[in-house]
Amino acid sequence: MTHAADLPLWAALPVAALLLLGAGLALAGSIGLVRLRSFYDRMHAPTLGTTLGIGCVLLASMLCFSILQSRLVLHEILIAAFMVITTPVTLMLLARAAVYRDRQEGSREVPPLPPAAPRAERTEG
Amino acid sequence: MSATVLAAAVLAAQIMLAVAMGCSVMRILRGPRAQDRVLALDTMYVNAAILMLVFGIRTGSTHYFHAALLITLLGFVATAALSKFLMRGEVIE
Amino acid sequence: MRRRLPTCVATLGLFAMWLLLTGNVSPGSLLLGAVLAIAGSAALAALAPPKLSLRRLSSVPGLLRDILVEIVRSNNAVARIILRPGGAKTRRSGFVRVPLDMRSPYGLAALACILTATPGTVWVEYDSSDGTMLLHVLDLIDEEAWVRIVKDRWERRLMEIFE
Repeated sequence: MTHAADLPLWAALPVAALLLLGAGLALAGSIGLVRLRSFYDRMHAPTLGTTLGIGCVLLASMLCFSILQSRLVLHEILIAAFMVITTPVTLMLLARAAVYRDRQEGSREVPPLPPAAPRAERTEG
Repeated sequence: MSATVLAAAVLAAQIMLAVAMGCSVMRILRGPRAQDRVLALDTMYVNAAILMLVFGIRTGSTHYFHAALLITLLGFVATAALSKFLMRGEVIE
Repeated sequence: MRRRLPTCVATLGLFAMWLLLTGNVSPGSLLLGAVLAIAGSAALAALAPPKLSLRRLSSVPGLLRDILVEIVRSNNAVARIILRPGGAKTRRSGFVRVPLDMRSPYGLAALACILTATPGTVWVEYDSSDGTMLLHVLDLIDEEAWVRIVKDRWERRLMEIFE
């Protein structure tokens, strides 16, 4: 921690708060992974870490390095943009794989493929 | 003063993230099904990326940023390939 | 010009990414970045993505702000659900089938990303033959309420932009 003394207190406090918030959200997501009962419930837990969790830590990192190097350090935006694009894609792929596997085994937790009948429903909206 | 605040916050964040990675390892080991393990692996990748960023703030070096970027990239590819594998039983078809 | 819009956006996006990654603005790096960005977007155009038509770009900032607010709000809600001791009995989770009116592939992709990125809802599958999608909700109180939320809060506004 040689460089941390260079950081003024008004910057150190938000960096520390953002770090704690981000790490806390990631921890809450991973606890949810262990505590929740079914796979489809657990699927929601990691989103905590992948949205606001990593977002807070990236913001803390941007703030810290921008002040330390006294220029705007923005490359953390790359990770943020990348997470925004990839997280929904991986979760959707995984959800579809899980639904497919459960349907193959005839599990009753998953609704079956829609029959062609309830087609009339959508005209009302 | 600011050094102690930051040091305490960084240490606490590192401990929380280590526990979070432990939780996901537990889910990888316990299963019960393959999709649970893949989901836990994806969570572990993200936690590792966050841990790398915290290391970067701790040491004041931007090298850890590149490690975090690589981890998120590899995590995406790994999870996408594994989901594809779960769906069809083969990655390349 | 309208037709070229996605290519221009891709070029600018790749160039910005290159600048952020290298972090210097020397002439050599700018030139290499420009060449890579143009080559990359030409490769993208060769894939012939479906045509993108955007209307009402003025409502995009408001939508982005609402997405951010919604993500913060549902992060809080899901963290409470996870950390609440013994709350598994009272909470019910389940699937909801939502009929959609939107047909634009870009709009559907945006809707899928919004719903999946907010904690508490995951987009599971879309059936293009009858235009319904399957949503999994962590805290399911009322199916009808969720259908209304999806349609009123997101689908209507995305249709304004993409269709």
